[in-house]
Amino acid sequence: MKLHEYQAKDLLRRHGVPLLAGQAARTPEEAVAAAEAIGGSVWVVKAQIHAGGRGMGRFKEEVSAEDLERAARGEAAGGKGGVRVCTSLEAVRAAATAMLGATLVTKQTGIEGKTVGTVFIEAGCRIERELYASVLLDRSNHRTLLLVSQAGGMNIEDVAHDTPEQIHRFHVDPAVGFGEWQGRQIGKALGLHDAKGLRAATAFFAALYEAYQALDASMLEINPLVLTAEGALVALDAKLTVDDNALYRHPEFEALRDLHEEDPAEIEASKYGLSYIALDGNIGCMVNGAGLAMATMDIIQFKGARPANFLDVGGGANQSQVEAAFRIITADPAVKGILVNIFGGIMKCDVIARGVIEAVKQVGLQVPLVVRLSGTNAELGRSILASSGLNVIPADNLDDAADAIVAAVQGA
Amino acid sequence: MSILVNKHTRLLCQGITGKSGAFHCQQMLEYGTALVAGVVPGKGGTTFEHAGHSVPIFDTVAEAKAATGANASVIFVPPPFAADGIMEAADADLDLVVAITEGIPVRDMLRAWRYLEGRRTRLVGPNCPGVITPEECKIGIMPGHIHKKGSIGVLSRSGTLTYEAVGQLSAVGLGQSSCVGIGGDPIIGTKFIDVLRLFNDDPETEAVIMIGEIGGSAEEEAAAWIQAHMTKPVVSFIAGATAPPGRRMGHAGAIVSGGQGTAESKFAALEAAGVHIVRSPASMGRRMKEILG
Repeated sequence: MKLHEYQAKDLLRRHGVPLLAGQAARTPEEAVAAAEAIGGSVWVVKAQIHAGGRGMGRFKEEVSAEDLERAARGEAAGGKGGVRVCTSLEAVRAAATAMLGATLVTKQTGIEGKTVGTVFIEAGCRIERELYASVLLDRSNHRTLLLVSQAGGMNIEDVAHDTPEQIHRFHVDPAVGFGEWQGRQIGKALGLHDAKGLRAATAFFAALYEAYQALDASMLEINPLVLTAEGALVALDAKLTVDDNALYRHPEFEALRDLHEEDPAEIEASKYGLSYIALDGNIGCMVNGAGLAMATMDIIQFKGARPANFLDVGGGANQSQVEAAFRIITADPAVKGILVNIFGGIMKCDVIARGVIEAVKQVGLQVPLVVRLSGTNAELGRSILASSGLNVIPADNLDDAADAIVAAVQGA
Repeated sequence: MSILVNKHTRLLCQGITGKSGAFHCQQMLEYGTALVAGVVPGKGGTTFEHAGHSVPIFDTVAEAKAATGANASVIFVPPPFAADGIMEAADADLDLVVAITEGIPVRDMLRAWRYLEGRRTRLVGPNCPGVITPEECKIGIMPGHIHKKGSIGVLSRSGTLTYEAVGQLSAVGLGQSSCVGIGGDPIIGTKFIDVLRLFNDDPETEAVIMIGEIGGSAEEEAAAWIQAHMTKPVVSFIAGATAPPGRRMGHAGAIVSGGQGTAESKFAALEAAGVHIVRSPASMGRRMKEILG
């Protein structure tokens, strides 16, 4: 689950991570009130979307089509971005007015962009240096990894590719937790050599690791991490992703879910325990198991066509889940054919067959449907489909199934 | 021979009275697995009955092992308690723990793994279909009837895609020595390399099918190991070539991020290591047949 910057910062603040004063706002009036409450004479207004590259992004409502395309490629473009420094309350109002309800296009959103529903108003600060920090999982050695670099404010993947020596890694032993000595090592790696700097690094990273653990984060990125002119370390940006498997421990996160950021079909699918991701092809897929679902998408592409979705009905789907899956697939107007690929283990093929028949009765069938059933009760499933009177193209194996659906769609 | 499990394996099940635990224990008993004990805290002294089998239930793994000589465990307990169950099994010094449970938080698995370090217990999974040595021992949720005894080792991160590979092998007349589903989570106890090493050392295994998927770098690490050590042919498919970056494809581990973990990089690494890669998931069995002649 992804969180907005303002939500992430609210959570990080509670765990003692040093931040600038800031407040979220949903109207220009709230934005001005937030700036007044924060005080000072410099504020930064930041558009809140689930995508990075906001500063370089441009608003569909404000710039030309050419500039918008440049923004989508991550290139410099005319006009103003999704992060604006303001030196008056009027400027804060103007920035919030421009952003709220507008569509921000960044390198990560693609050309369609994302609508801004919330802005974050934050105090300005005097930046001495921009640094980088993230906390993530290192799968190879089963440890949490702190990653830091003096190359802040840049795309860290580019830094890792071009100048890998600028990236420093620190693993945390879960039995011991974050060690203060590691804070000092990180401080040195970030070029903080005096006692004050090392203390700041130790305090910052101890809090950051604590927050990562307590929030069951799967990724926490601070880019940039800023060293202020006063010698303090503060998190200027924050990207936080939470481990979906741990959400049961954090019921309060449910209220932070921004449904506008999610695909309606994916939300609908999740209600039925289905894992669905829309893609841009025209062959709808319904498969049991994530690996086989990916492989089914791959074989469609291998045969020269393109899948319309990833859909995993799970290990033990029942009839109503199959119906829901069918409804979601057929609701996509791009779908010109459907491939059902089931290798029954726990799941029984006759249950799938009945589910498909029920679903077709409910939602109709306007496109070719290929059904491949293997494994538990496959024969029974096939005979149920064959005697249903539905126009189902049966297939015995994965190869035949892919050939049949690709031929049916390309012949249409 | 075979790897990890055989007809001498004595299995206990943690979570034997839950819905899926009970169902799959029935299936394992029917397959012929020596399921000798169940563990459910608070239900010690009762039994699990199925088709003439009466399996005693204990409150703790330690008691179950002491009373029955169990040396392996299969875990079906729900996600909030599963990591604790893994550590309990390791504390009892079992040889093998197969964790079927899907949805264990990463933080819990990091602690469990730390506890396993330096201990003799091998963990397979979590979020995996399990391990089977056909006609000897089935530990997990795979459909037993699709397997045939033979000499091909199968290992995979996915469940149903493993069944697909097994189905293809059986269809071309190739049986399996053992099949291992290592699981689709970011933190798993047994990795490709661990299983490749076992297959390489197993005289009954003639060749191996390895099925990977996008995300992480386990396949690249396996490729390096294969190049340096593997003496048997390996056929490999990587799922997820069509998956868009940044989207998690069902498995918690299956995500392409920042250009890392793509199917293309994995195919390339395996091919460079001398692995017989197949671009179509429908060709795994056929390709193996061609190689073995």
